[in-house]
Amino acid sequence: MSKMSTKPVSKGGQLLSSILHHQLIIPIAALLLLTVFNLIADPSFFRITLGTNSAGHPVLSGYLITIIDYGSELAILAIGMTLVTAASGGQDISVGAGIAISGSVLLRVLCGTESRPETLQAPIIVAFLVCVVVAMIFGAFNGALVAYFKIQPMVATLILFTAGRSIAAWINNNELPIVSDETFSFFGGYIPGIPIPTPFFIALICFVITWAVLKFTTLGLYVQSVGINEKTSRLNGLNPEMIKFITYVLLGLCVAVCGLIKVSRLSTINYSVIAKDIEMDAILAVALGGNALSGGKFNMGASILGAYVIQFLTTTLYKFDVQSDALSAYKAVVVILLVVLSAPVVREKLSSLLKLATSRLRSAKSPT
Amino acid sequence: MQENSVLELRGIYKSFPGVKALQNVDFTLRRGEIHALMGENGAGKSTLIKVLTGVYPKDGGTIHVKDKGSVVFHSPQEAQNAGISTVYQEISLCPNLSVAENMYIGRGEKQLLSWKKMNADAGKVLESLGINVKPTQQLASCSIAVQQMVAIARAVDMDCSVLILDEPTSSLDESEVAKLFKLMRQLKERGVGIIFVTHFLDQVYEVCDRITVLRDSKLVGEYSIQELPRVQLVSKMLGKELDDMADIKNSAPESKNNKDEIVYEAANLCSSEGIRPFDFHIRSGEVNGFTGLLGSGRSESVRAIFGADKVTSGEVKVKGRSVKIRKPLDAMKNGIAYLPEDRKRDGIVGDLSVKDNIILALQVKNGFFKPFSKKKAIEFAEKYIEMLDVKTASVNTPIKSLSGGNQQKVILGRWLLTEPDYLILDEPTRGIDVGTKVDIQKLVLKLASEGMSVTFISSETDEMLRTCSRLIVMRDGKQVGELTGEQLTQTTVMNTIAGGSAK
Amino acid sequence: MSKTSSAGKSGLAKRIGKMTDTNLLMSITIVVFLVMYLGAILFLGDGFLKSQQFFNMLNANASLIILSCGMSLVMINGGIDISVGGVTALVSMSCAVYLDYHGGNVFGALLLALGIGLAFGLVQGYLIAYLDIQPFIVTLAGMFFARGMTTIVHTNPFNVENEAFLKLKNARIIVPFLGSYNKRGVYVDAYIEIGVIVALLIVAALFFALKWTKTGRNFYAVGGNRQSALMLGINVKRTTFLSHLLCGLLAGIGGFVYFLHVGSGSASHAMGAEMNAIASSIIGGTMLTGGVGNIIGTFFGVMSLALIQNIVSSVGLDQAWWTGITIAAMLCLFLIVQSIIIARRKKANSAAAR
Repeated sequence: MSKMSTKPVSKGGQLLSSILHHQLIIPIAALLLLTVFNLIADPSFFRITLGTNSAGHPVLSGYLITIIDYGSELAILAIGMTLVTAASGGQDISVGAGIAISGSVLLRVLCGTESRPETLQAPIIVAFLVCVVVAMIFGAFNGALVAYFKIQPMVATLILFTAGRSIAAWINNNELPIVSDETFSFFGGYIPGIPIPTPFFIALICFVITWAVLKFTTLGLYVQSVGINEKTSRLNGLNPEMIKFITYVLLGLCVAVCGLIKVSRLSTINYSVIAKDIEMDAILAVALGGNALSGGKFNMGASILGAYVIQFLTTTLYKFDVQSDALSAYKAVVVILLVVLSAPVVREKLSSLLKLATSRLRSAKSPT
Repeated sequence: MQENSVLELRGIYKSFPGVKALQNVDFTLRRGEIHALMGENGAGKSTLIKVLTGVYPKDGGTIHVKDKGSVVFHSPQEAQNAGISTVYQEISLCPNLSVAENMYIGRGEKQLLSWKKMNADAGKVLESLGINVKPTQQLASCSIAVQQMVAIARAVDMDCSVLILDEPTSSLDESEVAKLFKLMRQLKERGVGIIFVTHFLDQVYEVCDRITVLRDSKLVGEYSIQELPRVQLVSKMLGKELDDMADIKNSAPESKNNKDEIVYEAANLCSSEGIRPFDFHIRSGEVNGFTGLLGSGRSESVRAIFGADKVTSGEVKVKGRSVKIRKPLDAMKNGIAYLPEDRKRDGIVGDLSVKDNIILALQVKNGFFKPFSKKKAIEFAEKYIEMLDVKTASVNTPIKSLSGGNQQKVILGRWLLTEPDYLILDEPTRGIDVGTKVDIQKLVLKLASEGMSVTFISSETDEMLRTCSRLIVMRDGKQVGELTGEQLTQTTVMNTIAGGSAK
Repeated sequence: MSKTSSAGKSGLAKRIGKMTDTNLLMSITIVVFLVMYLGAILFLGDGFLKSQQFFNMLNANASLIILSCGMSLVMINGGIDISVGGVTALVSMSCAVYLDYHGGNVFGALLLALGIGLAFGLVQGYLIAYLDIQPFIVTLAGMFFARGMTTIVHTNPFNVENEAFLKLKNARIIVPFLGSYNKRGVYVDAYIEIGVIVALLIVAALFFALKWTKTGRNFYAVGGNRQSALMLGINVKRTTFLSHLLCGLLAGIGGFVYFLHVGSGSASHAMGAEMNAIASSIIGGTMLTGGVGNIIGTFFGVMSLALIQNIVSSVGLDQAWWTGITIAAMLCLFLIVQSIIIARRKKANSAAAR
């Protein structure tokens, strides 16, 4: 996939500091921390049981399965978010609203004008394709504002962030259609006979596609180059506007896939609640992956791992009876801790403290 | 502290992660002298100035300021308050504020401001310096040269005992430089000590009294101007006797007869950046140059050739075939390569590795669906690192941690990798050390002898005379002359630039 | 304007060309506001002619004006603060709980509001200015933290019943001579709420501070170019810190004014207020890139936003989603106009520079 960042290591910086500077260290350390915490607090967190669901099919259940399940949709979003972050040096905060829109479109096509039809009005694949197109158009809208009108990504996407859920409600005339077809629930639930949640497989497919795209095209190099120096990229024959634009459209694609999973879970939609605060989680995943939120170099694997770690955190918080509305407060603290720890100013101070400590230790050990 | 010195730096140390930028550097500035600070790029001049003005904290050593004793500056503001004013290399003013505000912001203790008084004061200062600009004008609407002069006006207006000028002349034309020198001499009369950093040797010998030379982040020595002839200055800066310089007289045979194929030909070419439509052609194996004052349109001309700016008109033929060049990619596909003027802004991709920087252009040319394998990329990178003698720890080192000259070589490698028929070099030698300058000039002649066409632009006329067999002279956005053969002398070039016949 | 002769037009164009970015963008806003208001009076009947209609817009948006002032300040300084809506909700909820469950008094509630605002300003300002973390990320976290904390403080929405508070809430300040006659021909005084006075005082104070004080100009310098501002001898970190501190404090005051207006605590209060504040600032001519902006413009930005919502509902588009969509559309429009103006200006400047 993408290369590990190899930063110049000063002569004094030995193995320890090279480990500390490795990009994957942050998500892995967070993962370990959470694992250890849960092991101490309640080891039953890690229990996985095989049961049957309401339809009588075998399913695995347990907190870890929840993490794999819900973490997958986040990971899919993180793919798009990483690209957007790298190319434009900002984040798309309209993904939650985007999911609401694509979910709404999906239901609209599936249910037609009836609010709870007996049969589907259109094949799921057609509905999904329509929803992909719509989501990509909204992505293109964001992309156009950012790339061609040079508006800061966070502000440009603020427009859809506010208007998105209103638009979603408008698409279905504020009704909440319900899909009764059973196959539709497979995407967010379980395929009969397979005990592992489907979103995980959808995510795996996305990972493979992403891997292939980064391996067999030059997207990675182009995106990083544009993110680091737009002018140079232009003089080397790239079209920076186009590349930024494309990353937003790709994020639109990821949003559509997430919308499918989200709507499939419930077989219906709630415009103001669906995918609430997910933009925060997606940004957090990118940050936790050690990617600079100001753009430039990125590591896709780290972002994906970051997404699962975020879900791990969410699930842990839920387990300790934290209200869903209050979750954001805890996560905000985690974000702040993360960005503070990864801030260059703080890192410098920490490493100089570390050096001081080791040199003290050494001088204490060595006989005078 | 010595009797007549206004500023003394003793034993200054400063290091950045992995780099020792200053090691035990001493510097003394006396009352009423103009003191040149010389050294190659990366020698530590800028670092020394930034340590002195409190932009960077120093790791060791002492700074004495007259009447203030030993001081530690934590910010440029503190240095400013201690009577040290600075004009930095890059224009450091706020484009959104008016000229007058830029001159007075960050100064004085008063919380409330009077716009009327400020504009009046600014007007007086600007007038006395002969800068033709209204105090109420927004800075962004002034030309770069005027902005630089405003920065100088600000520095001068502050009641300073030390004035630091860090390469202030790079964006000024000759008359403005003359104005600046006059001003510097006036200040000198008043007893101000001036530190002058520049790359232009002529300017040093024109105004300076004393020279301090730095090399490899260490002090070489302090000399009075009389005791240090030019050749010695250069050798002190380089740390070796320089006999190379003379060598690279255009030894390439004058075989540029008209039988050689015309590689690139343009008629009536024009871009949106304010140049007049022009005709241009270049033959294979020819080295030509565009010359003229800064802002005369020489960069804009080559940018139009490369499609870097919006091309508004023109017929272009490459090897006799009619082609359309509207954007850089078109030019690249037609075998044209362009090394831009501003390395940091337009050349490097800072965070990417040397390897990625080298393969970038060829990769783009190659297409979106055909990425090079890692092995191939490293192979390419290593070939050009070796060929151009780039000093880098590995192919994976981020380019931003290389020195200026080495960065330039990497960019050059990037374009050579695309195996162009026609290579455009816009100021490839600006702001890099003399050694690398010589290397690049030699390389240009070597490439030409192998059949490549090269356009070479440089602010230093002698470099152009050494390398080019044909010079196109520009003034105010249009071509005013073309010099070849016997005409290639310093005086002819100067006269053509100045438009002697018109006067 | 179409009647002006071509000579007058070119004169006008020249004058516009010479205006600073700040003045030009502000003038556009004021003109747009006036034109919209005139249009509303002409086409939507004389409801808009009644002064109380105008004062009601002020009453309903006093807190938004205060929030937008803070937002403009950080935006001029080159930052952004999206925590203001969350802080407003947290302030309302905390004050409500303090008044009704802990028997607090109104003065204590005010101090609480200021304290919360100040705390957010301090922490966010420190992280942004001294640890050099992107303002967007810090304040996004701030927003989520404030929203989450609101639920933690108290889950369910409720109305405050503290008597002293209700008295203050219902206080009306009569505006002399501007009353109107109702259907029965009885003269009704026009009134504004206390919050409006606070908001107007803040607008005046900030306008003065930004134009005539050294600190005020430093905000512009830092927003224009941080590196240059540093070299010009401005304490960039302290200035940035101060901008966020003030914005936090204003969010606290705005939160209290909001609380005074609605008189209840709820986790869903002031949803999207940050968006409205940013929209107002941008419509009012504050540049996202920093260094350009004006508090008077921001005031008109808020009023334009309020006016357009009024117009939308008078036209009969009163479903809930229309508000969100119109505001977003308006923001989008102004952003694009801004980016076009700046691009053109840049072009003109680079041509002039030659």
